[in-house]
Amino acid sequence: MKKYLKEIGGGFYSLMLGMRVTLAQFFKPTVTVHYPHESLKMTPRFRGHIELVRDPKTGQAMCFACKVCEKACPSDCIIVEGVKKEGEKRKSVTEFKLDFTKCSLCGSCVEACKSNAIQFSKAYNMVSMNKEDFIMNLFQKLESERSADGQATATPPPEQPKSEVP
Amino acid sequence: MSAPEVIPASDKPCETFVLNVGPQHPATHGVLRLKLTMDGEYIMRAEPVCGYIHRMHEKMGENRTWAQFLPNTGRIDYLAAMAYNHAYVAAVERAAKIAVPPRAEYIRVITTELNRISSHLVWFGAFLLDLGGFTPLLYAFDDREQILDMLEAVTGSRLTYCYYRFGGVCNDVDADFIRGCRDFVARLRPRLKMYRTLVTDNIILRKRLEGIGFISQEMCRKYGATGPVIRGSGVAYDVRKIEPYSVYREFDFDIPTFPEGDCMARYLVRMEEMAQSLRIIEQAVDKLPDGPVLSSGVPRVLKPPAGDYCFAVEAARGRFLVRIVSDNKEIPYRVRLRTPCFSNLSLFEEATAGMMLPDALAVLGSLDLVIPDIDR
Repeated sequence: MKKYLKEIGGGFYSLMLGMRVTLAQFFKPTVTVHYPHESLKMTPRFRGHIELVRDPKTGQAMCFACKVCEKACPSDCIIVEGVKKEGEKRKSVTEFKLDFTKCSLCGSCVEACKSNAIQFSKAYNMVSMNKEDFIMNLFQKLESERSADGQATATPPPEQPKSEVP
Repeated sequence: MSAPEVIPASDKPCETFVLNVGPQHPATHGVLRLKLTMDGEYIMRAEPVCGYIHRMHEKMGENRTWAQFLPNTGRIDYLAAMAYNHAYVAAVERAAKIAVPPRAEYIRVITTELNRISSHLVWFGAFLLDLGGFTPLLYAFDDREQILDMLEAVTGSRLTYCYYRFGGVCNDVDADFIRGCRDFVARLRPRLKMYRTLVTDNIILRKRLEGIGFISQEMCRKYGATGPVIRGSGVAYDVRKIEPYSVYREFDFDIPTFPEGDCMARYLVRMEEMAQSLRIIEQAVDKLPDGPVLSSGVPRVLKPPAGDYCFAVEAARGRFLVRIVSDNKEIPYRVRLRTPCFSNLSLFEEATAGMMLPDALAVLGSLDLVIPDIDR
């Protein structure tokens, strides 16, 4: 009987101690970020989907279609094509497709690239109802950026993958 | 067609029914299905049915290069991906005889231990969620978020890190990370004390876990259970101590064991392990040497010499072993993965025989199962 009462007393005390922790937490500031209204900044090493890097001098893609990234990819989600134009030393990229539905964001492609021609995007809230939006034509995207900068070429702006905050 | 034999209800020895838990059930944390043969509230036989998310990781290892298989290993146990990457990377390093710089080894230890704490915090929250307490999950995720933010800044990812490389790690850690580690150790110690007050000493939890789900040492040995499950039965089996790998030999830490073998013992083992991991992190950060983080002698096309190599690590849930068979080609001949959760689950049937259903779910939670780890 004494043991029973002691257990009740001890149990009640343990509950009170727990309640004290909860009560103390009530007066502490919130730790959550109210996401749609505010969002966190991505760290510099954040691995988003990849994108092509433009040469700051010429505005062209740095990529010369050596296909190392294509080989390094474990999920076969990159397709690179390039042609050798006359009068140029090396090939220039004509097609760079990323199938983001297959990508596992491992970063092997960026690591394999010796000419730093691809980098990680910082986009992380990519939403779409269509699967096709995630098959990204990165070269076309780069070209449209170029034309937006008013630096020659009259390629029509392609459909951008939707990147929107829900 | 003969008439079915009619047995009077009173003559039946016992009337059982089959209760199906899962594959989509909040208490199973994944697609695990349990076929419970019940006699009223009591379980006669609990049969786990696995294979719902079998992804053929072992077979995938046989058709991609050594480096290409690395992202897969992080996806076997997504809560403790660092340890899994470590085991695979170290197995290949052992095969190809690649030396790892000391700084890289220390970084591996720090990140693996941080990952172990974050994994145990998820278990802590989810386990108590199973038992009906919602609040601890929020506290645990607050702490876990600190770890994930630190690891994200270093590795670039929050769960499937893919941070280790053959011969080291891919990025060096910066001063921010070191400071973050020190701050985190200082932060989590009082928080662990607070968890003790809030949860561990709670009379409701104690009544719910003490004496429930006894797992004997023999049962652990019979089924090959490792990790906190075997340590909760009083066996001090930890790969970090038994066969020290990496630089674990240089740290002073204990292996917490509790001889009771019930759910509470397994709970206490994991809570104590977090404190021990903090000790390791503290020492590793103090001792962190300078130097390169990636060995320069790694060939671009890796072809380990023919042979059979093993490497075991202590993952958050127990002993994870990678066995690779090489035939001196660019792709592995065989990658065998021995995962802890599969063995830990296999004793579930014997441990829960004759138990009540809510207690069985407590046992399931105390085993800390990650379903992709079972199915892989």
